[in-house]
Amino acid sequence: MTVPTEPRPELHVVIVGAGPAGIRAAETLAAAGLRPTVIDEGARAGGQIYRRPPDGFTRPPATLYGAQASKAVALHTAFDGLVAAGRIVHRPRHAVVALADGVLHAVGDGGSRRIGYDRLILATGATDRLAPIPGWQAPGVYSLGAMQIALKAQGVAMGRRIVLAGSGPLLTLLATQLLKAGAEIAAVLDTAGLRGQIAAVPDLAVRPSFALQGLAMRARLGRLYHAGVALEGIEATDTGVTAVRWKDAAGRVRSTACDAVGLGWHLKAETQLADLAGCRFVYDATWAQWLPCVDRMGRAGDGVYLAGDGLRLLGADGAEVAGRLAAAACLSDLGLPGPDGAAELKRLDRLERFARGIARAFPWPADQVRALPDETILCRCEGITAGAVRETAACGGAEANRVKSLGRAGMGRCQGRYCQLAAADLVAATGGYAHAGDAGRLRAQAPVRPTPVGAWLEEE
Amino acid sequence: MSGTVGGRLVRLAETGREPIRFLLDGVERTALAGDTVLTAILTNVPALRQAEFGPERRAGFCLMGACQDCWIWQDQGPRLRACSTPVADGMRLLTRTREDWP
Repeated sequence: MTVPTEPRPELHVVIVGAGPAGIRAAETLAAAGLRPTVIDEGARAGGQIYRRPPDGFTRPPATLYGAQASKAVALHTAFDGLVAAGRIVHRPRHAVVALADGVLHAVGDGGSRRIGYDRLILATGATDRLAPIPGWQAPGVYSLGAMQIALKAQGVAMGRRIVLAGSGPLLTLLATQLLKAGAEIAAVLDTAGLRGQIAAVPDLAVRPSFALQGLAMRARLGRLYHAGVALEGIEATDTGVTAVRWKDAAGRVRSTACDAVGLGWHLKAETQLADLAGCRFVYDATWAQWLPCVDRMGRAGDGVYLAGDGLRLLGADGAEVAGRLAAAACLSDLGLPGPDGAAELKRLDRLERFARGIARAFPWPADQVRALPDETILCRCEGITAGAVRETAACGGAEANRVKSLGRAGMGRCQGRYCQLAAADLVAATGGYAHAGDAGRLRAQAPVRPTPVGAWLEEE
Repeated sequence: MSGTVGGRLVRLAETGREPIRFLLDGVERTALAGDTVLTAILTNVPALRQAEFGPERRAGFCLMGACQDCWIWQDQGPRLRACSTPVADGMRLLTRTREDWP
């Protein structure tokens, strides 16, 4: 068995990710006469935010994407047009699992392939940012993003009576979308208090229409919405979730019966490939996670460029801008004519101010995580408890990579995507550090997705 | 409430698609063309598989290929990721490993 190496053009720019950032980057490069390759895990371009259902589904864009429908359609049309005209190469249903020395290793349905590049634009997006709560391993608990994907791409609700909990813009948006589609929502539980939300108003006012849309959605949720909630745990039987226990802002213990729970605290940048590409990282206290270092255009150095939520969590509009800027930087470095990006940079500043306001209004629930009972499952992959992580940090050293090596937190099949931020809080608390960033950064390892052994075999 | 009886997922839209048949633990079940394996299974039963490291059943988590919670077995051996694999007519899917497997 051999891993084929793809034939490539003389000057090859590869883009990983076909969401808003990847699409705009591809379009910008194609306009300058290059023929980039776009590798994406999805079957159709659009990313998670503008994900398209499979063939044979009939709901119109206005139903699928609401107020953002025209942006979604514009992106889909632009991308499909470039593919049809042969101006870009599209590799759908392929995951890039490793990279080194100017070669990507991509795995898809038809096996694996090596793809060489001169320049690389990573537009890898984000996943939900998850905080564990007791019982979150039960069947029927999903990320908020999962519930939105199920509705958009499959037309289903993940339960008959749903509790949504966590914080961030998606919490309110998803509740609104599910209600509109006919699902039953039992409660919307926001761990962010109203005081912090109000303090962020000056930053949120830089995008007044967006902020008002959010407020209007919130108002329509009425008594379903609770701010300043503490999540105590999820109750379940063998067949799944039965209730969420929580404390309201006044400290009263409540229990809400349900058969599905959506959890999420805003987003976590998907940075594994940037890490393998050698990017430097810095802990960002506002977004409470490690993010790659780049210049204002998205240059990470060494022919690598970053754009979209995998770099800064600005959302879909910010991703479109960042995709154009990264491509413009790439063209400029290649000595090719391209857009100068001055107007886009101004726009990006405004979007970033808004996004940081959102991040402060709906913060990561560090106190809730640090107070988790020892028996809480922290790692869903391998059932490692909060107590085991604390004990490993106390005995083996309060550093993220040591706790992974010695206690396996972050070594399961999701590779720490859903437990590493909570683990960092527990490790920092055990080490007596004030900030999760002091617990060190969990290094990414290839392959960044579980990969069949056959994908690595080579004939002698 | 006493947990989920029957399927976990509720179809809210797009119900006019062609029905297709597949086997789940040897029992014939129905899904719709365009369903993922995850949708196909969880509209019929409450869970996808048994957790390897705990007593609970699992039913997927992220639906975007990142958490790896939804890998299930097929009767003929190979595993598949239920959230990113379209269901196909005649698939033979398992929510538990076969007893005659070593």
